[in-house]
Amino acid sequence: MSYNWNWDIFLSPTPSGESTYLGWLLNGLQWTLTLSLGAWIMALVLGIGLGVLRTVPNRLLAGSAAAYVEVFRNVPLLVQLFIWYFVLPELLPTTLGDALKQTDPLAQQFFAALLCLGCFTAARVCEQVRAGIASLPRGQRNAGLALGLTLPQTYRYVLLPMALRLILPPLTSEFLNVFKNSAVASTIGLIELSRQSQQLVDYTAQAYEAFIAVTVLYVLINVLVMFGMRVLERRTRVPGYIGGK
Amino acid sequence: MSMIQIENVSKWYGDFQVLTDCGTHVNAGEVVVVCGPSGSGKSTLIRCVNGLEAIQQGRIVVNGTALAEPTTNLSKLRAQVGMVFQNFELFPHMSVTDNLTIAQVKVLGRSTEEALARGLTMLDRVGLKAQATKFPGALSGGQQQRVAIARALAMDPICMLFDEPTSALDPEMVNEVLDVMVELATEGMTMMCVTHEMGFARKVADRVIFMDHGRIVEDASKDDFFGTPRAERAQLFLSKILQH
Amino acid sequence: MDTFDWTSIPGALPILADGMLITLEITATAMLVGILWGTVLALARLSGNRPLAWLAAAYVNLFRAVPLVMVILWFYLIVPTLLQRWLGVSQSSDIRMISALVAFALFESAYYAEIIRAGVQSVPKGQVDAAFALGMPYPLTMRLVVLPQAFRNMLPLLLTQAIILFQDTSLVYVIGLADFFGAAYKVGDRDGRLVELLLFAGAVYFILCFGASLLVRQLQKKYST
Repeated sequence: MSYNWNWDIFLSPTPSGESTYLGWLLNGLQWTLTLSLGAWIMALVLGIGLGVLRTVPNRLLAGSAAAYVEVFRNVPLLVQLFIWYFVLPELLPTTLGDALKQTDPLAQQFFAALLCLGCFTAARVCEQVRAGIASLPRGQRNAGLALGLTLPQTYRYVLLPMALRLILPPLTSEFLNVFKNSAVASTIGLIELSRQSQQLVDYTAQAYEAFIAVTVLYVLINVLVMFGMRVLERRTRVPGYIGGK
Repeated sequence: MSMIQIENVSKWYGDFQVLTDCGTHVNAGEVVVVCGPSGSGKSTLIRCVNGLEAIQQGRIVVNGTALAEPTTNLSKLRAQVGMVFQNFELFPHMSVTDNLTIAQVKVLGRSTEEALARGLTMLDRVGLKAQATKFPGALSGGQQQRVAIARALAMDPICMLFDEPTSALDPEMVNEVLDVMVELATEGMTMMCVTHEMGFARKVADRVIFMDHGRIVEDASKDDFFGTPRAERAQLFLSKILQH
Repeated sequence: MDTFDWTSIPGALPILADGMLITLEITATAMLVGILWGTVLALARLSGNRPLAWLAAAYVNLFRAVPLVMVILWFYLIVPTLLQRWLGVSQSSDIRMISALVAFALFESAYYAEIIRAGVQSVPKGQVDAAFALGMPYPLTMRLVVLPQAFRNMLPLLLTQAIILFQDTSLVYVIGLADFFGAAYKVGDRDGRLVELLLFAGAVYFILCFGASLLVRQLQKKYST
């Protein structure tokens, strides 16, 4: 094989001299983590809210939440990202839009990606929450209301605590998806992990080392998240219920 | 000559022993009923006879072929042994006709016409010729089980295994299945039946085997079993079952 | 806020149609190969052969842990090198397409494998016993009894995955392939009408995917009765 392996490349300084290529990689990792975790928190809050709305006995509210899900599920993530990044500033009032375009490009990229990933993932979380609530026995809601709890209280104290436990496994895979989907942000120039791998190729021509390193980091994130969620599942397990002992 | 020979068979699921040192036989033309409380290992034993379950100790010989021999072609042997399951296990994505013919064509290599003729003869025999084009989901439980028996018979088996064939049926459908089984027995089919239907056992069984905790505790002729069961557990079991 | 100007779209329709063809070609190839290879992977994973099951699990888990963008980039790195070394094919324009096809086919296989595995496991064990008892060997049992039922059970999931795949093909943007999205972006960039073209592309994707998902739902209803 004619390819020259050179793993030391990660320790050599970058052209600007401020950092090593390993430093670049870790910087990319940092952006991937920040973006993904930020988007996940947003998706959880928004998604649980929407999921509850889909199950309330009000046609307008349930219908709007359903429409939200359909829109965000049926347009490719990449198209959504480009719309957040390129189109949104144009649709805002001129002064606001221009002000937005004046800000730091890195901030623009990050917030576009954050909003995009957050809203996209929220639609998926919403569907899981709806399914979780729907899988609870009907009597649970009635029991809550019969005890004199208001509808919001019934959701807060009776339905959601159980539904969220039930959907922990599918939520885990959604959480993993956020990290994977965050790579799409590289297309608008955010230097996260996968963009960093391309940059390393451009600068060092050591494509395989760069790609392997980045792939390993993604696998590592995957393993850590799965491990963490498994611990969470065990902690929140309810005796005598599915998965409980 | 015995058709089915079971010698010193033991089986474990992990650490749990489901069969302990079981030995018995079924002669050609004989009808043997296996009974016992649930969890006694009777279903496991009958599933070992055609190798659906592997055994860890002992020997099972069917029609002169030892199951555990590496040279034994299990599929070939199973094609000769008919089996009827508790939950019928008709193939839901195939019509009744296809259920009857598929194994004849694909396993025995019969022509489609031959398989169809044989299948319909057997279907007629269980009284369901009119249902040939239906799908299993459109039939009642009793009808499904009769089709399942016809499916097994269409393979021209040398013996038949029944694994609780009536216990998933609604009470009013039990008899239509038992009637078919009684007819088979009187015609001289070799049968090993796991069942709680003591009326069936009284009518056609040659021998009755009683199992408990994975052991064969009683293996006697029908008259001895119902007349003077020796094992205390068998007596208790019989008194419970015959109360109704 | 500028007013919208949609005038560049009618003239660009042939380019966009060409792009849509590429999108569909990648989707169809990845779906076909994905289901076939995915079935092999699923059966390997469920087989009693430990090393085989482990290898299949490793394949599936690796592809599912890595972002699709990285997978596309990986194969754009590997495929041209291999093509050159083994077949002596020079770096032609088709190489992006071939890389993309390989990447999507192998990537989707991992996802299809998981769907198919669940489908196979959804078939009751008694069905396998019954087929065995009729003398069918394992391959015949799988082909005649288990897989037909499994595919019937999972048809909606397979089609839903195809819709996701159709959307994901837009990511070939990262290797500069002009699929439907890439074509829309290029036209928008060329004419200075990026906003309109992006909204148009989004609308087209939405109509197609939403329509398809309604069909899948209909199918699901029909099958579940």
